[in-house]
Amino acid sequence: MSDAQVLSLTCVQCPMGCLLEVTLADGEVVSVTGNTCPRGRVYGEHEATHPERVVTSLVVVAGDYHPVSVKTAAPVPRELVADVLAAIRATVVRPPVTAGDVVVADVCGTGVNVVATKSHD
Amino acid sequence: MSTDASMSATISCDVLVVGGGAAGLSAAAAAADRGASVVVVERDHELGGILNQCIHNGFGLHRFGEELTGPEFAARDVARVEAAPQVEVLLDTTVLSIGEGRAGRHDACVVGAACGLAHVDCGAVVLACGCRERTRGQINIAGGRPAGVLTAGTAQRLCNCDGAMAGREVVILGSGDIGLIMARRMTWEGAHVICVCELAAEPGGLRRNIVQCLEDNGIPLHLSTTVTQVFGGTRLTAVELADVDPATMRPIPGTERRVECDTLLLSVGLIPENSVAKTAGVRIDRATSGPAVDQSLATSVPGIFVAGNELHVHDLADYVSEEGEQAGANAADHALRLAAGVAPSAEKGVEFEVCRGDGVGSVTPQRLDPTCGEAVVRLRTRERMADAQIAIRCGDTPIRRVRRRVVVPSEMQTIRLTSDDLAKVDGPVTVSCGPAPAKAAPKGGASE
Repeated sequence: MSDAQVLSLTCVQCPMGCLLEVTLADGEVVSVTGNTCPRGRVYGEHEATHPERVVTSLVVVAGDYHPVSVKTAAPVPRELVADVLAAIRATVVRPPVTAGDVVVADVCGTGVNVVATKSHD
Repeated sequence: MSTDASMSATISCDVLVVGGGAAGLSAAAAAADRGASVVVVERDHELGGILNQCIHNGFGLHRFGEELTGPEFAARDVARVEAAPQVEVLLDTTVLSIGEGRAGRHDACVVGAACGLAHVDCGAVVLACGCRERTRGQINIAGGRPAGVLTAGTAQRLCNCDGAMAGREVVILGSGDIGLIMARRMTWEGAHVICVCELAAEPGGLRRNIVQCLEDNGIPLHLSTTVTQVFGGTRLTAVELADVDPATMRPIPGTERRVECDTLLLSVGLIPENSVAKTAGVRIDRATSGPAVDQSLATSVPGIFVAGNELHVHDLADYVSEEGEQAGANAADHALRLAAGVAPSAEKGVEFEVCRGDGVGSVTPQRLDPTCGEAVVRLRTRERMADAQIAIRCGDTPIRRVRRRVVVPSEMQTIRLTSDDLAKVDGPVTVSCGPAPAKAAPKGGASE
């Protein structure tokens, strides 16, 4: 028995901010309406089924009060953002740190690494 | 000021760049590429400017084709500058004033950790001081002076650079991008952001930030709302919010209510950091609060150029870098011509004023020289408009008209005029924005 669902989303691809309506059946996209360009449809499909975010945060550096800024190297599922932040908060790195160093590998089993975005001597 | 040569050192160079942030770094690299010797004076202990504290992503999409965080964007330009042997960087150093030097050159008085009190003698200057935040005093919030009332940018620096949380129960005034970004940052680092209040009837920042900063984190946005008072002795204990009448933009008596909190972050506007510019006698444009320039980014003082947020508060770092490159290259050319004995007054053509027409809040450049190559016109519209047309006219002659599907004040518009466009300029130019005329053909998304 198909389970139909209609989600209202605002597209963020450009300042138009079109109000999208995405219809899902059994978790699959049936239609997207309200977009005024193809990018909106793609965004609507993705955001309605697998919303993702890049997480940026700070990690403590042993022996220093200055943190190192970090990011997930790719977007992670939106529902895991809080867990990813907790994993980062539980991490302490030892200096020196170079931008690009992996700080948390495969964070929360997403297959995505958390990497440093600046260097710290 | 009087100078005794034996009391302070003098550093000589072709181009002095004031500020080592996004604009200054690009200017220094571009000036060095043109063969100039460059001194960069940066007040902070490291290069990078505001990018160092912008640890969120979204930078560099136009310039590098990637979405970088602020520090990553800065690192690319810092590497270019550090690799250039003709660029000397003075960190922890501040420019106090810029005055006339000998023979058309400039003399900057600087003070710093390494050089002490010193002078920089240069052929040209690029001002790249960025901007400062509007403060509580400037918007007259009543109450005492408890700790916990600070600008959003200060809280950002404390958090992202110093590892310190400004507070735990936070109210944010201002829904521009800085306020929205800090709503997410404080939440992600463990604080409780109670709400974001916005004086206007529409949010000031990008839709993307409303969704990813506020909606994702369940933070309410109260439009047409302001903070009228703060409470607390040594530490903030509550703020008073009030509804705002959209017609008068003033608080509506009787709508006041208290919200308990320990931190109030203010994101209520950015103002170009023009103090050094004023010491040099540079003319300031009231609409931008930055120096008035021509299309080469030259100010009213020959040999002094300006780029980045000090010229015009930007929203894309990519355009700041582009402006810095242009100012740096032109400053280098000016300095090298001066050194070679070419009289500067020889190349100046007639300039015409650029006026703001209907619908335009601010525009650069403020002067156009029709003989002087191309011009990059950057402007902000006064209000949100769908199906808009931005028109650049000289009297009744249209120079360029562009259609935009939507324009919003928070996104700077860029229009590139060619030398053919400029050839039509023979009087003052007006830049305006209004509804686009109806088209017979299907609606397109005409963009530059």
